[in-house]
Amino acid sequence: MGNRCAVIGIGQTRYRSRRTDMSIAGLVREAALRALEDAGLTFKDIDAVVIGKAPDLFEGVMMPESYLADALGAAGKPMMRVHTAGSVGGSTALVGASLIQGGVHERVLVVAFEKQSESNATWALSTHLPFSASLVVGAGGYFAPHIREYMRTSGAPDHIGTLVAVKDRLNALKNPYAHLRIPGIDRAMVESTPMLWEPIRYLETCPSSDGACAMVLSSEGAITGTPAWVHGTAMRSEPIFRAGRDTVSPQAGKDCAADVYRQAGISDPRRDIDVAEVYVPFSWYEPMWLENLGFAAEGEGWKLTESGATALDGDIPWNASGGVLSSNPIGASGLIRFAEAALQVRGTAGEHQVDGARTALGHAYGGGSQFFAMWIVGRDKP
Amino acid sequence: MPSDPLVAQHVLEFPGGYTRTTGPVIGRFLSELRGRRIVGVRTKEGKVLVPPLEYDPATGEPVTGEFVEVGPAGTVTTWAFVPEPGAGHPLDRPFAWALIKLDGADTALVHAVDAGDPKRLRAGMRVWPVWNDHPTGQITDISCFVPEVTDIVANVRTEYRLQAGGALRVFLEGIERGVFLGGRCDTCAKVYVPYRLTCPECGNAIPETLELPDTGTITTFAINNLPDPRAPEVPFVSAYILLDGSDIPVIALIGDVPAHEVRQGMRVRAVWVPEPERTASMANIRWFAPTGEPDVEQP
Ligand SMILES: [Zn+2]
Repeated sequence: MGNRCAVIGIGQTRYRSRRTDMSIAGLVREAALRALEDAGLTFKDIDAVVIGKAPDLFEGVMMPESYLADALGAAGKPMMRVHTAGSVGGSTALVGASLIQGGVHERVLVVAFEKQSESNATWALSTHLPFSASLVVGAGGYFAPHIREYMRTSGAPDHIGTLVAVKDRLNALKNPYAHLRIPGIDRAMVESTPMLWEPIRYLETCPSSDGACAMVLSSEGAITGTPAWVHGTAMRSEPIFRAGRDTVSPQAGKDCAADVYRQAGISDPRRDIDVAEVYVPFSWYEPMWLENLGFAAEGEGWKLTESGATALDGDIPWNASGGVLSSNPIGASGLIRFAEAALQVRGTAGEHQVDGARTALGHAYGGGSQFFAMWIVGRDKP
Repeated sequence: MPSDPLVAQHVLEFPGGYTRTTGPVIGRFLSELRGRRIVGVRTKEGKVLVPPLEYDPATGEPVTGEFVEVGPAGTVTTWAFVPEPGAGHPLDRPFAWALIKLDGADTALVHAVDAGDPKRLRAGMRVWPVWNDHPTGQITDISCFVPEVTDIVANVRTEYRLQAGGALRVFLEGIERGVFLGGRCDTCAKVYVPYRLTCPECGNAIPETLELPDTGTITTFAINNLPDPRAPEVPFVSAYILLDGSDIPVIALIGDVPAHEVRQGMRVRAVWVPEPERTASMANIRWFAPTGEPDVEQP
């Protein structure tokens, strides 16, 4: 795994539908300055900048990293952009960490963002190229059939998705950065909302958010402030069109989890991990990923959700921050998962802190469940 | 209504208008307006009055001779909306009379704000002056104030020629003839459709095409309640269909059956447009419709 690496600064913007008060540059800078402030540093202390975001078509700005270099104090420094679809936020953190682990740099600023209000993600993801007759409408249209297949094969009752939709929004009420804050959210409210892509209801989907997240990553010798130590990092991908591909529980996700657990010495994730921030953009992906990530046996993930184990007061809280279901600046969503995992083990998550969290999982996925990025962070030095 | 002889119109207007002496303070303000600048005057207590006054209303003292350029932008402090402008109003469309505190001023100026929809108006709104084309030294040299620019519309458009090459061309030529062309990877023994040149699993070339039937089984599906130009109605069903003899599903529209009667395992067949209308395009397939055969049990 190379040299030790730690998260020493975390910054987030408030996530909302429209940040009309600032440009894209202003948005990433707000997150970056908060991360630097958290680490007690300035741009001068940063060796390199890694920027992540989802498709350029979302804002219609091609190669936005070039335009954002000034706002991130990157002039005269190594700067690069990462793009792995929805998992990009996670991959951005991992690329930054690899620069520390490889001994290339002492401190790296990683930043990811999306300003969804500048266009419409469903439009950008459904461009209808000539000759193709794909009837997939946006991300929900893509994922709905796989959720249906999960429901059939696992025998999960219909209300499991509703439970996750409620749980994550209740958690969001404790997170000052969360976009969706729905006081009084309950099952009846979720079930009263229309089916968009059956079996996905409106309140079982993530919002469209503007926002940015940033982290300062450091080598052991350059630490300031409170570190969250990186115990394992892994990325995997697989082709979307492959005969026999398990689209409900993709092999790339299982392989990625096995790799990151091996590095971090985790043999039983449910027992060994205290809190997980997992990319759940549609509520049913909680039980699906519980199985893919080995927290539950195949077909049993929904039982863990139903038992309340993944709630803030359960034995393995998932998405204490409110998760992607509550805030979704797409390119940043993965980095937020990684950052929230680090906040938990540093003990600085505020009102949604899980007591005594020492080991946390950050997870992101993207494309047609093809790209995976994960890390394990811990309070203790590895 | 019959006209009443004891009712008459009467106009009281001094011929040519009054010639009003401005005095040095107001005169300076209006002269600066003619130069498209807005100035205030400083009082002995240090406040900047906009529009300037000759005597400080707070103390009754003469103001100082110091003029200070303010604005040109300012902040709306309060407003009254005028839904139906009258003859003497500065605008012929709905507008607001607003008190505008220009940047650097301590008092607010009354002027018209052209913001369109009254819902856009709020205290704290930032506004900028629109100058009229021929300033003459009157308050109307500012036609009105308009909201600050906070966003622009960026028309990004790329246009390119897309050529169906290699495998896609072969596949679409099959579609034109009314057949689905796939291919078998000899290493993996898997049949891919649409036809592709290489196997995504092992990377080996797939040299030959394989004709597949237009029947298959629905593996899973979504009922879409959002309208789409490619679907005939809402809700519509987009389904993964495993064509008989293939190992990877294709996504297609399901028709001729109510959305909520579609099932996983349902047998379907392609519904082709009539032969004279066929082209090398997926539009050749209207949708897949149930065959009526018994469902196939799903693993
Ligand atoms: Zn092969």
